[in-house]
Amino acid sequence: MQKVYIPRDMLAKALGADEVAVAIAEEAKARNISVQIIRNSSRGLAWLEPFVEVDSAKGRLGYGGVKVADVKVLFDAKFLEGGAHKLATGPVEEIPFLKNQERLTFARAGITDPVSLADYMAHGGYAGLKKALGMASADIVKEVTESGLRGRGGAGFPTGIKWKTVHDAKADQKYVCCNADEGDSGTFADRMVMEGDPFMLIEGMTIAGLAAGATKGYIYCRSEYPFAIDTLKEAIAIATAAKWLGANIQGTEKSFTLEVRRGAGAYICGEETAMLESIEGKRGVVRAKPPIPALNGLFNQPTIINNVLSFCAVPLILAKGAKAYADYGMGRSRGTMPFQLGGNLKQGGIVEKAFGVTLRELIEDFGGGPYMGKPLRAVQVGGPLGAYLSAEELDIKMDYETMAAAGAMLGHGGIVVFDASVDMAKQARFAMEFCAIESCGKCTPCRIGSTRGVEVIDRIVAGENRAANATVLEDLCATMTDGSLCAMGGLTPMPVMSAFRKFPEDFGLPANKKLAAE
Amino acid sequence: MAKKSTLIDFTGKPFPAAEAICAAHGNRPDALLEILHDLQEKLGHVPETSLPVIAKALNLSRAEVYGVATFYHDFHLKPQGKHVIKICRAEACQSAGGFAVIAALEKALGVKLGETSADGKITLEATYCLGLCPMGPAALIDGKPKAAIKAKHVDALVKELVKELA
Repeated sequence: MQKVYIPRDMLAKALGADEVAVAIAEEAKARNISVQIIRNSSRGLAWLEPFVEVDSAKGRLGYGGVKVADVKVLFDAKFLEGGAHKLATGPVEEIPFLKNQERLTFARAGITDPVSLADYMAHGGYAGLKKALGMASADIVKEVTESGLRGRGGAGFPTGIKWKTVHDAKADQKYVCCNADEGDSGTFADRMVMEGDPFMLIEGMTIAGLAAGATKGYIYCRSEYPFAIDTLKEAIAIATAAKWLGANIQGTEKSFTLEVRRGAGAYICGEETAMLESIEGKRGVVRAKPPIPALNGLFNQPTIINNVLSFCAVPLILAKGAKAYADYGMGRSRGTMPFQLGGNLKQGGIVEKAFGVTLRELIEDFGGGPYMGKPLRAVQVGGPLGAYLSAEELDIKMDYETMAAAGAMLGHGGIVVFDASVDMAKQARFAMEFCAIESCGKCTPCRIGSTRGVEVIDRIVAGENRAANATVLEDLCATMTDGSLCAMGGLTPMPVMSAFRKFPEDFGLPANKKLAAE
Repeated sequence: MAKKSTLIDFTGKPFPAAEAICAAHGNRPDALLEILHDLQEKLGHVPETSLPVIAKALNLSRAEVYGVATFYHDFHLKPQGKHVIKICRAEACQSAGGFAVIAALEKALGVKLGETSADGKITLEATYCLGLCPMGPAALIDGKPKAAIKAKHVDALVKELVKELA
């Protein structure tokens, strides 16, 4: 029986994968051909979705961008045996976009069935937890610390130090919370992991539970990701039945249970303390820090909070050792980052590379540049709170420190490309508007400042007393940066001011007279 | 005639559907979001009259439950259209022509973002990122994802929905 792989990823579905799967099954039946359709995870080669793959002696062969209308022709071309067709990509592993990556977190992407525990185990799954079950909790923390892993959610805080704080805290009940409220536009790596390799996240969180002495974990997943929620729930049930979760994991004294909680469309709940409030069933209002969640987190107990990708790096670190992970990367940014290419690009998707790859390599070598024909004008890195970079800044190295030194941030690794048709004043206004819509309302600079920001940008664009209003915008942004309780109000000035300083002509100001950087 | 009050019904009328969902969640106050999600999935919206009932079941104040139900964009106290189109307004979709698609949708449906068509059939809502960023603009149509939407597709798309309703 010939196997046919069709991704079950949300993006593949959004481009018709479900319908293609049905069409292939029906066509095979009509032709009396016996096929086994496997709904695998996505490779992350977004422009090729729905990306249909078949087995061959040369490894998997691909057919990209398959539509229902192509199915009959593909059968005629004998695609099951790798027959020639205009949609054929040849051997999948040889596609340059994929071949030139350094995939650790996304090593299984596109290869396995997301809810097959057997597939997961056959591809290195649970090797990390097996090791961790035989280790002292302090040694697990030490291993993670030595790997140099830093929080992939955006802040880049050393994961090992956070875990040590929770490990050292004394409490009857501790928690592990996964922040899967991936709200940043241009980011989708968390979604792809949850839909495509959920056992990896479960394993990483279980190891965190062992390290901290926590027996209960929550995954807070945004409601915009319905398939991720379903997949996680299914995987948790499978892992529990196989004794990888629950009481006495694999016959040991260790226990860990997991629960999925749905968000409800509030961007602010990606802020860790707002997320805790939301898991507790309350409004997603930011808490003042200190106390830090590591000591006073969920239900006021010590809590490890990490992003999906942070937890997902852990199984490999335990299995292969801290050094194997730390050997990737540069400076204080160790390991790999699954960068996410989105927006106006010929080839978007997941590019997992060691830190230190340049933005130009990602956008031009992998992404192939903008697809609509116009040249690239601006790139937003790190989500809606990240800075806009100009076409002259593409040689920057992608690591936490280099980006911060350039007044930008790596964030969650999302990269959104805009071509020459972009109006940067509109983008700056949108950043303020988004902050006004999504502010939790607790602190004044964010709640009021964002609305005032929209107004002052409107006045500048309308030509009302431009110089004076430019000063007001600068002052307002300084107040938001310094006076906001969390990153929502604190970082909204980053896209606003980067757009304002680098593209003054879009605000009706002289192009050559850029405002002095602070 | 006086405009009907939009205040919560405090009369304490029973609301069996809400009580059953609360009970299914063990009447745990931390499950409030899950409870509201479940109720909305069942009824299409979260009726105001359910809120005091939920408050009582979870031993919370009515203000706390009302606060949660109105804080989150997902929850609707009023019925929505039979079909709900959630169109992405965030940056990645903007870079791929998202605003043009939104404008086309508003024109085809005769509503603005956040509104329901006059016949109550279709609601158009903004969402901020569906994680389909390499192939925008993207939308969720009755929970079904759709990517790479072009402004020129919009008329056909809306016609399809209207046809399903006929």
